[in-house]
Amino acid sequence: MSDDRKLTYAQAFNEAVSQMMEADPDVFCAGEDIGAFGGVFGTFAGLQAKFGEKRVVDTPISEQAIVGLGVGASVTGLRPIVDLMFMDFICVAFDQIVNQAAKLKYMFGGDATLPMTITTAGGGGLSAAAQHSQSLEALLCHIPGLKVVMPSNPYDMKGLMISCIKENNPTVMIKHKRLLGMSAPVPTEAYGIPLGKGNIIRPGKDVTIVAYARMANEAIIAAKELAEEGIDCEIIDPRTLQPLDTDLIVDSAKKTNRVVVAQEAVRFGGLGAEIASQIQELAFDYLDAPVSRIGAPFSPVPFSPALESHYIPDAKSIVKGVRDVMARR
Amino acid sequence: MDFSSAKQFDLHRRMVRIRLFEEAAGRLAESNKLPGFLHLYVGEEAVASGVCGALNDDDHITSTHRGHGHLVAKGGDFNRMMAELMGKSTGYCKGKGGSMHISDTSLGMLGANGIVGAGSPIAVGAAFANKYRGKGQVAVAFFGDGSTNIGAFHEAANMACALHLPIVFACENNEYGEFTPRDKTMAITDVVDRAAGYGMPGVIVDGMDVIAVHEAAVEAVERARQGGGPSMIEAKTYRFYNHHGVQNLGLKYRSDEEVAIWKQRDPIFTFEDRMIENGVATRANFDDIWAELRADIETAIQFAEDSPYPTPDQIMVNVYTSMTGAN
Ligand SMILES: Cc1ncc(C[n+]2csc(CCOP(=O)(O)OP(=O)(O)O)c2C)c(N)n1
Ligand SMILES: [Mg+2]
Repeated sequence: MSDDRKLTYAQAFNEAVSQMMEADPDVFCAGEDIGAFGGVFGTFAGLQAKFGEKRVVDTPISEQAIVGLGVGASVTGLRPIVDLMFMDFICVAFDQIVNQAAKLKYMFGGDATLPMTITTAGGGGLSAAAQHSQSLEALLCHIPGLKVVMPSNPYDMKGLMISCIKENNPTVMIKHKRLLGMSAPVPTEAYGIPLGKGNIIRPGKDVTIVAYARMANEAIIAAKELAEEGIDCEIIDPRTLQPLDTDLIVDSAKKTNRVVVAQEAVRFGGLGAEIASQIQELAFDYLDAPVSRIGAPFSPVPFSPALESHYIPDAKSIVKGVRDVMARR
Repeated sequence: MDFSSAKQFDLHRRMVRIRLFEEAAGRLAESNKLPGFLHLYVGEEAVASGVCGALNDDDHITSTHRGHGHLVAKGGDFNRMMAELMGKSTGYCKGKGGSMHISDTSLGMLGANGIVGAGSPIAVGAAFANKYRGKGQVAVAFFGDGSTNIGAFHEAANMACALHLPIVFACENNEYGEFTPRDKTMAITDVVDRAAGYGMPGVIVDGMDVIAVHEAAVEAVERARQGGGPSMIEAKTYRFYNHHGVQNLGLKYRSDEEVAIWKQRDPIFTFEDRMIENGVATRANFDDIWAELRADIETAIQFAEDSPYPTPDQIMVNVYTSMTGAN
């Protein structure tokens, strides 16, 4: 098969799971509607037909028990992939994620290994309202013991998902709902992208945009528009949010001297705040402007498209953010 | 129990209102006029109608993602409902909630809910407040079969019984949670078997028979009102449309035959036949009712279409209640 074979973001996820299940009989999947139906977003399509009901399990609507299943099965030697349909539902399972999965190893003095992956889908833009549209990654990144990835494209999706499955710690793979249909070349062989390694999506010299998941794609659109105004943007996609590739971000900040961080989540207390803070701690003397943060207003995600379209940050918000940062002398 | 002809017409009217609202919503969704998810209640009308027909205006209900039927049955206004589904500022939630969060606290309808199982604990809270105030109000938690697999349901059931609260747990068992059949996710056939584990009585009723549902509801609601504590009703029912939207998406998870068999037991048409047979109504009565309510729906659609969208400055409004009393 040729190297430029294309897969969608959803298919790239599926292929990663499929290849890891082929490679390791201890890998299994469990979640709501993922079996015969293939998952409500189609990301598990065909896996039950291929691997059987033993390894692709339709669970009851029981988020707490689904994550608990992952904790218990991983600590006793399997390598579970447990799915929480919408990211908003992590709240239902938060004890198992935060107090159990993330901490068993530490609390047991190292005497526990949890090679489990929690997969879920985040983000808005589908008029799915306040309980089906959230970006809650900051809550997860705040918890020592968890690793968190948010891929922005099909290539990264496959590589990061494979690394999550191989990882010997609890990881959370957050798919963005609006990227599921995004199509791009994806190698057929199994490959990993190291967790904690960011990516320079676009090199540039005037300003750094740090953006992940859907916002990385919005940053690409913004950079094109800004290039026409003579502003050369460097785009950094951290890909993994915990652990964060601080070196890559700080090096870029030292080079461009101006940084905009873009997230879809509510701005207050988000990843952008952490990234901005790291930059000012490690590159204060290089900065020509305060690090700017793009994010959603401090409100739940509204239902009406008339509100949601203004609520969710996009390329336009990034363009504005960059112009403001460039205007600082 | 014998119900007056007025009561029978009342229950019938609630069901027809739900059916017409839902079918209109389905048509609008198909022509891409409704944003977001849409979980239709068509087929299950007898449950919400039979139960809400046993409630007073100041009793409370909590609902599910499939919530329009509950609001309609509790007396919801078509105009404000339709406007909400379209995301307009004149909607019940000013366009902020949509289908999955439709609510009217003045009717005691404490919201549809996007989180499966989340309504039942809230009903427990409403029942607690009702007992606390001592004015004889009750609360009803509507919930699906699938939601009884989530912890919140069990905590709610247990707490309601432990505190002996005036509450009715009303299960809509339509045999599926999304696209997965009940027997894949539960080792029991009857959800009501769970009731005994918490110490409350439970009954199974034919959820396609509004009289059967109503009879059970009257008994359960009266028990709660008189201080007899919680009980559970399991209504065996069926949704005629897909989990969300109108058509089956992709994979077939229910057979055409199964759907057809349930449709023969349409709760509205079978009830109309019975009312005619019993000499309570004539076909002409029903024609008039459908025509009148159809006109209401057309008015509601027009109202919603003519209504403005909320303006972006509304995004930050209603996040908190202000301490000055302003909203
Ligand atoms: C906590 C949570 N998990 C999963 C979902 C996704 N979901 C929405 S409806 C539904 C099925 C609910 O089944 P049931 O309670 O039987 O209600 P029905 O749809 O059959 O009326 C699921 C799994 C959700 N909204 N919330
Ligand atoms: Mg159900």
